[in-house]
Amino acid sequence: MSSILVILVILVYLAVIFYVAFWAEKNSKSRWVNNPYVYTLSLAVYCTAWTYYGSVGLAATSGLKFLTIYLGPVIIIPIWIILMKKIIRISKGNKISSLADFISLRYGNDRFLGALVTVICVFAIVPYISLQLKAISETFNVITNHKIVSNSILNDTTFYIAFLLAIFAAFFGTQHTDASERHKGIITAVALESIIKLVFFLVIGIYVTFYLFDGPNDIYNQASVLPNFKEQQSIDGLKGGFNWFFLSLLSMIAIVLLPRQFQVTVVENEREKYLKKVTWLFPLYLLLFNIFVIFIAWGGNVVFNNQNVDADLFTLMLPLINGHEILALLVFLGGFSAAISMVVISSLALSTMLSNNLIIPYGFLQQFSKGESEENTEVIKNIRRIAIFSLIIVAYFFYRSFILDRSLVSIGLISFVLIAQLSPSFFGGLFWRRGSSNGAKYGIIVGFLITIYTLVIPFSIDSQLISSLFIREGIFGIGFLKPHELFGLQIFEPVPHAFFWSLFFNVFVYVFYSVSIIGNYRERNFAEMFVDSTKYASLHEDAYVWKGEAYVKDIRKVLTRFLGEQRTGRALNLFNIKYNIDSKNQFADARLINFSEKLLTGSIGSASARILISSVIKEEEISLLEVLKILDETQKAKESNKELKERDKQKDEFLDTVAHELKTPITSIRALSEILLDDEEVDKETKNKFLTSILNESERVSRLINNILDLEKLATGKEKLDLNENSIKETIHKSINSVTQFAKNNQVRISEEGVKEAKLIFDEDRIQQVIINLLSNAIKFSSKEKGRVSVFTYINKKKIEVSVEDNGKGIEKDDLISIFNKFYQSKNQTILKPVGSGLGLAISKQIIESHKGKIWAENIKPQGVRVTFTLPLNEN
Amino acid sequence: MKINMKKILIVDDEPNIVMSLEYIFKKENFEVFIARDGSEALEIAELNVPDIILLDIMMPNVDGYQVLRFLKESVKLRDIKVVFLSAKNKLSDIELGLQLGADKYISKPFSTKKLVNEVKALVK
Repeated sequence: MSSILVILVILVYLAVIFYVAFWAEKNSKSRWVNNPYVYTLSLAVYCTAWTYYGSVGLAATSGLKFLTIYLGPVIIIPIWIILMKKIIRISKGNKISSLADFISLRYGNDRFLGALVTVICVFAIVPYISLQLKAISETFNVITNHKIVSNSILNDTTFYIAFLLAIFAAFFGTQHTDASERHKGIITAVALESIIKLVFFLVIGIYVTFYLFDGPNDIYNQASVLPNFKEQQSIDGLKGGFNWFFLSLLSMIAIVLLPRQFQVTVVENEREKYLKKVTWLFPLYLLLFNIFVIFIAWGGNVVFNNQNVDADLFTLMLPLINGHEILALLVFLGGFSAAISMVVISSLALSTMLSNNLIIPYGFLQQFSKGESEENTEVIKNIRRIAIFSLIIVAYFFYRSFILDRSLVSIGLISFVLIAQLSPSFFGGLFWRRGSSNGAKYGIIVGFLITIYTLVIPFSIDSQLISSLFIREGIFGIGFLKPHELFGLQIFEPVPHAFFWSLFFNVFVYVFYSVSIIGNYRERNFAEMFVDSTKYASLHEDAYVWKGEAYVKDIRKVLTRFLGEQRTGRALNLFNIKYNIDSKNQFADARLINFSEKLLTGSIGSASARILISSVIKEEEISLLEVLKILDETQKAKESNKELKERDKQKDEFLDTVAHELKTPITSIRALSEILLDDEEVDKETKNKFLTSILNESERVSRLINNILDLEKLATGKEKLDLNENSIKETIHKSINSVTQFAKNNQVRISEEGVKEAKLIFDEDRIQQVIINLLSNAIKFSSKEKGRVSVFTYINKKKIEVSVEDNGKGIEKDDLISIFNKFYQSKNQTILKPVGSGLGLAISKQIIESHKGKIWAENIKPQGVRVTFTLPLNEN
Repeated sequence: MKINMKKILIVDDEPNIVMSLEYIFKKENFEVFIARDGSEALEIAELNVPDIILLDIMMPNVDGYQVLRFLKESVKLRDIKVVFLSAKNKLSDIELGLQLGADKYISKPFSTKKLVNEVKALVK
């Protein structure tokens, strides 16, 4: 295929991706941008060009081992969800924008630790980015039939692609100064690319399996006769099992700790509930992606048997040699999209770390503490833009100079092992209060050095094709120190071997330091907040303990340098309202200090935020014990305060309604009495009418008061039920008798044919009260013509159900539950208010519940309402 | 005679309150109209264009606030004087009522004499 055409296709493709990102950034509120599907798909940035080409290569040479990389994440998903919930909560609460920031904050805003994590990540990921560029370049050469790799950068298409990606990431990655803000443009584009790469891979998988071959069986039959097939496809006993286990474990760690995964899962998470969709959708995605890998690999082995074709390129070569160039182009585009997603997200994540955890805290604090807000935010953005460019360009040169002939998988796995060095301090920090910053630092350094010795050095020597004496005999010929068989451990392949030893010492050093030297109080404060995140999340700024002297105006000055006058004013206003603080107050407390640190964290990282704020306040040392004590007290106070407030609110509402309900009849009484008193010409008939009304309204007042007292007694349990064995049939009968007159006045017929006999224990007066209440409601609301109310019972072993039905208009669905609330009167009541206090059903509910029964209402067909209550039958 | 009579519309869902107000304002030579909920009130207002409306707030279907909003949106009805008569007497309720454009807010229970004086002052 002509390279002009391919370049044209690439440009069109990139234009589409740029446009989608641009559109999403503009319509950041749209449902197309904010939904769990986009979120889940963006997680699929896990699948890179490695998946596209490397998996097939690995499957072709080593069989099923490629699966470990995907098996790990799938196995861990249920735990992953729980873990991520915690991590996301902590990160959102503290405006954390990267892995380095997370670890640094957990260990007391430790500047060095943040920088160390950043360095490890850059060290691990830059070669990985190179790998993606390499994949783009190699596949480009294959598809355009270029045999020779061009020597001049200016003739290398990959260079221009890398440059375009850098522009893309720099432009959409620095829309906000606050790096903890979401980058919706990039994420939407990545989600789209996840669909593209999966669909194209499925297309090629189906093509190979069903078009080139006659289905899976056919491929298997042809591949299984090839030499070496058996050894490739088995796990290889216990030894192989160990290797499998450690590789899966490695990928479990990777899915949490890879900077790009942390970016898409934590920083870009809009809503916590999106995680639910991930539970099944993400494993499904990985499964779909992996279905055809083994078939493409076998197919490639069959087709290219004994030819010198790189197994990593089977996916692309299979359609090419069969003359299906368009299909090959699709594969190229799929791999291309997988590669650029990874490059963009990784460089975005790394640039945030570089700026917020390395460059700013070590180089720009002095300048920032003098600059104006516009300058400062511009400098911050520029640092990130330059970081993105440098990362991608460095990765490009790395690929040009070092890894031209390395397989995709090996470099990928090295980078996994390097990242895994962060896992003891990361997971330890989440679940172990004692984990200390010194432990974390030394652990990471030791693990890192061991990885270098056992994996990185042997690998780079190997790639230089210099004699591998070092690998075969160990350093200075000491067999004990052979890099691939350290301390005589021989059962592992190089990667699991390095992983095992580096983590072994890493964990050991971390635990040893943490246990033997107690961290300072600041570390412990954050340790409490991280480990017990659910408990302290509700405390917000109160979870931070601080003692010393600080002035609001100093802190305001610092904030203004980054947020500007207006935003700082707004933020402080909100803060004052939240904690009910007088804005004239000039002394800052722990809450304001923590609040301000958080405000700055997103822009300049937690360590810098801490340093800047500390520079304007005077802090006193507090003992560890004091920190823990204060935290405990604050939390208890907060809890009881919340309960009190809730109870107060309910009480207020209740009192408001009672007042309203009492005032209404009193209004009538007062108005009518005033008329009678002032006006001597009232005729006798009117006078009678008025006096009757006054009487009725007075009765209404006393009924209301009685009901309220009744409800109060029942609710607080002050009144004991008068429990005796009674006949339910008799009680129902008595209740019906007492409403007969009322029913007659309303021309309603009551039937009790469905009532059966049962003896059980209840308070007869109270249950009668309930039934009368239900009956009078039913009479009031039954049909105006041919009104009919029926009572019936249903008895089983455990309980008796009593139902009262009318044939009225029914109740609106929304009201079926709320009618049992105090003072709730249905919205669609008839124009004339039925006589009632609005408390009848609430009282009935209270009575039934104190009998351990239930009460509910439902609409029935063809029309009417049925209210049913249950009473438990005694067991004996 | 009827020409000079001022028209008053009483809106309340409590029959006894309506009865007393009706008596009082008939005695004061008003032409009295009665509505028992918000939507009825709007129909009658549209038809008869009263000079003043005594408006309850807590009513089924369309409440007093909504009635007032409708009135203020209509060119024909926006000049009608409106007096809220309500048992809700929190400061926030009163403020909301006046903000919406009511001319007076009188809390229940009210003095009939004072009410009559206020109404007369408004429709003069």
